[in-house]
Amino acid sequence: MMTDFLLMENISKQYAGVKALDGVDFSIVPGEIHCLAGTNGSGKSTLIKIISGVERHDAGGTITIDGSSMHDYSTIDSICHGIEVIYQDLSLFPNLTVAENISMSAMVSSKRKFLALGEYVKIATDAMKLIGIALPLDATVGRLSVSEQQLVAICRALTGELRLLIMDEPTTALTKKEVDRLLSVVKDLRGRGISTLFVSHKLQELMQVADRVTVLRDGRTIGCYPAIELDSRKIEFMMTGTNFEYSQRAPAAPASEPLLEVSSLSKKDNFKDISFSLYPGEIVGITGMLGSGRTELALSLFGMNYPDSGYAQVLGERLDLKSTRKCVQNGVAYVPEDRLTQGLVMPQSVGKNAMVTVIERLLTRFGFIDHRRESSLIDELVGRLKIKVPSVGSAVATLSGGNQQKVVLAKWIATKPKLLILDGPTVGIDIAAKGAIHEFIKELAAEGLGVLMISDEVSEVANLCHRVLVMSRGRITAEFHMEGSSEADIADSIDQTA
Amino acid sequence: MRKLAKYTETYLVVIIALLAILITSKNPSFLTLENMFDLLKSYSFFGIMAVGVLLVLISGGIDISFAAVATVSEYLVAVFMMHVGGNIFTAFAVAALVGTILGFFNGILVNRFRIPSIIATIATMNLYYGLLIFATGGKWIYDLPDWFSSFAEIQLFTIHSANDVSYGLSIITAIWFLVMLAGVLILRFTMLGRSVYAIGGDRRSALRVGLNVRFTEEFVYSFMGFLAGIAGVVQALLVQTVAPNSIVGKELNIIAAVVLGGASLTGGKGSVLGAFLGLVLLAIVKNGMTLMAIPPVWYEFFVGCVILVSVGITSYRSKVERQRTASIQVKA
Repeated sequence: MMTDFLLMENISKQYAGVKALDGVDFSIVPGEIHCLAGTNGSGKSTLIKIISGVERHDAGGTITIDGSSMHDYSTIDSICHGIEVIYQDLSLFPNLTVAENISMSAMVSSKRKFLALGEYVKIATDAMKLIGIALPLDATVGRLSVSEQQLVAICRALTGELRLLIMDEPTTALTKKEVDRLLSVVKDLRGRGISTLFVSHKLQELMQVADRVTVLRDGRTIGCYPAIELDSRKIEFMMTGTNFEYSQRAPAAPASEPLLEVSSLSKKDNFKDISFSLYPGEIVGITGMLGSGRTELALSLFGMNYPDSGYAQVLGERLDLKSTRKCVQNGVAYVPEDRLTQGLVMPQSVGKNAMVTVIERLLTRFGFIDHRRESSLIDELVGRLKIKVPSVGSAVATLSGGNQQKVVLAKWIATKPKLLILDGPTVGIDIAAKGAIHEFIKELAAEGLGVLMISDEVSEVANLCHRVLVMSRGRITAEFHMEGSSEADIADSIDQTA
Repeated sequence: MRKLAKYTETYLVVIIALLAILITSKNPSFLTLENMFDLLKSYSFFGIMAVGVLLVLISGGIDISFAAVATVSEYLVAVFMMHVGGNIFTAFAVAALVGTILGFFNGILVNRFRIPSIIATIATMNLYYGLLIFATGGKWIYDLPDWFSSFAEIQLFTIHSANDVSYGLSIITAIWFLVMLAGVLILRFTMLGRSVYAIGGDRRSALRVGLNVRFTEEFVYSFMGFLAGIAGVVQALLVQTVAPNSIVGKELNIIAAVVLGGASLTGGKGSVLGAFLGLVLLAIVKNGMTLMAIPPVWYEFFVGCVILVSVGITSYRSKVERQRTASIQVKA
């Protein structure tokens, strides 16, 4: 029996009256690949923060590393024991170069006082070689794409005396190829006795390599199982207590005048000759590889990426694509892909975030905010979207990813839009929240709203949408009416054009 | 060439060169060694503090109190010299010690109490300055020791011009250049310097990778105080009198010069060379106006224009860069 590298017993953590963790037991043996599974708010993030020393657990629990028990366990302790965390937000320094970012942890743990250029360049080059990439060493990290930034974060974790690598949602921004490369790196690490802990919603791809899986639900350990005994359905069941299945597609809307008409919209280096229409009550999906121009198109329809030619109209009325404000007035709402930086004011309350789009409509005759109407509207939205919050006054930053996404949705639903554009509405959120968001989208469509949904996940658009457009390199390359097509048809079409 | 175009420093050099040509064409005495040495001497005081301001800005903070710290240090040193004596080294040591203590106090307020740095240092500026005025009654000090006055006259090398006027590089300028060298060494070649950039880039990430954020922040404000103390002595050397109200009010121009040099008020960016060039730009605007016989009442106006235009250009450039979406190779 191998001794545990990390052993945590009876760990609890309470935040402002909410029990995030309640007597959790958890262990990692050297050289294993361990998955930590759980829905939003199950306490996964809190557990990681405690392992990395960013948060202290409440009195009563114990943390043991390499057989010795830890007191006053801090970030420095975790780093000294070779524990590295790659957070979902990557925790990079946008103002520093690739080489400076990658070498940072190694420099900190070696307690260096002085820097030699050759040394940190070497550290960075070696780390990049490990996973077989070559990014420009002196590029500023803030200018890189998200997936490149993630590679930098992974390289940084690979420097130094690594014993345990923790990755929080590592695969959300990676393409299939990049994920495969990551998994082969992780298997390589296992060969060298380094443990990896994955925390992820995308369970399928991780199950191929995992040794053990720990499932958390509502801050408690449901259990820890050998991965071969499980499949993703079983894990889903343990995480949620129910089985997830795509529910019936919403019935097709009755024929009527088109809600949105896009006519040969083009923008240099973004997309070309985009024409399609969308009818009231219809859910249209746009899918395709990263960098196919999907997001750029969505931004253009919302007045944030002015196209060179072509036009778009809502109910026969031309949209002024220069002005987001006018697009909103014409009934367009846009829920961005990156809810953290584009969709929410993190330190502000749930209520304020939800009301920011409609504050002008809540003014009384004298120009003051009608607080009674405001709070009844907030309560209605929070209830309708089943947002889990201690109170509507809590800061959005304290919510889990799925609940944050619901707040972004709430904010735009409050404007009573005619056309709702959703960019990756379920990226990085778990199955239970995903189901709830799908149901909600269908409900909105049934009320006559047009929904334009952009998603990476073919199964998501295939099961939820009435119609699916495939984009590739800036053009619409295929259109599927889902009544008569299958998920595989779409996947084939993407593979052909890619 | 394209690489050079990325740096704020490059633009500053170009602007400075153009201005120098303009001023020289109006008054040839601008571009003389004599005038240059003179400028480098009289701006040492600002220049030394600019290095401290630079570090504070890179770390993502701001310090408004440094001019008050310099004044307090200067005054205490003058009192110390009159009553205890000592030599030039003790003078610098005492001033640096006083400055460091006052700066450290700023650092504690910012780091441990998490008071926004602008509020904390506005408070301490009033505190330090108010206490000084109360304790001294606003009295000026004129009778500085002879050894102190003669130190100010030391020149590292002297050139005799044809018409028998001699001029040279002052030891005071040398102190400024040493301080800049120290700034470069810290920022470029020490882990401490790297931490300053890291904290300014993303403070939470800095905590997560295990950087000593507390020490770094306290160091940055203490170092600012240390340099303000040194600058206080330099100011006394330059003007040979000590007045409790002679410096306060200059802090915003120094901060502006450093921002001109490419430092960002949101932290994470800036260089010693840039701060130097920013200060040079402001210095020659003022000097050039004198030489071109433009009434000094216009000085503030022109400084305002220079700051607005240069900072405007750099901010606009980075805005344009941020807005560009990643380009996609659209199928033909």
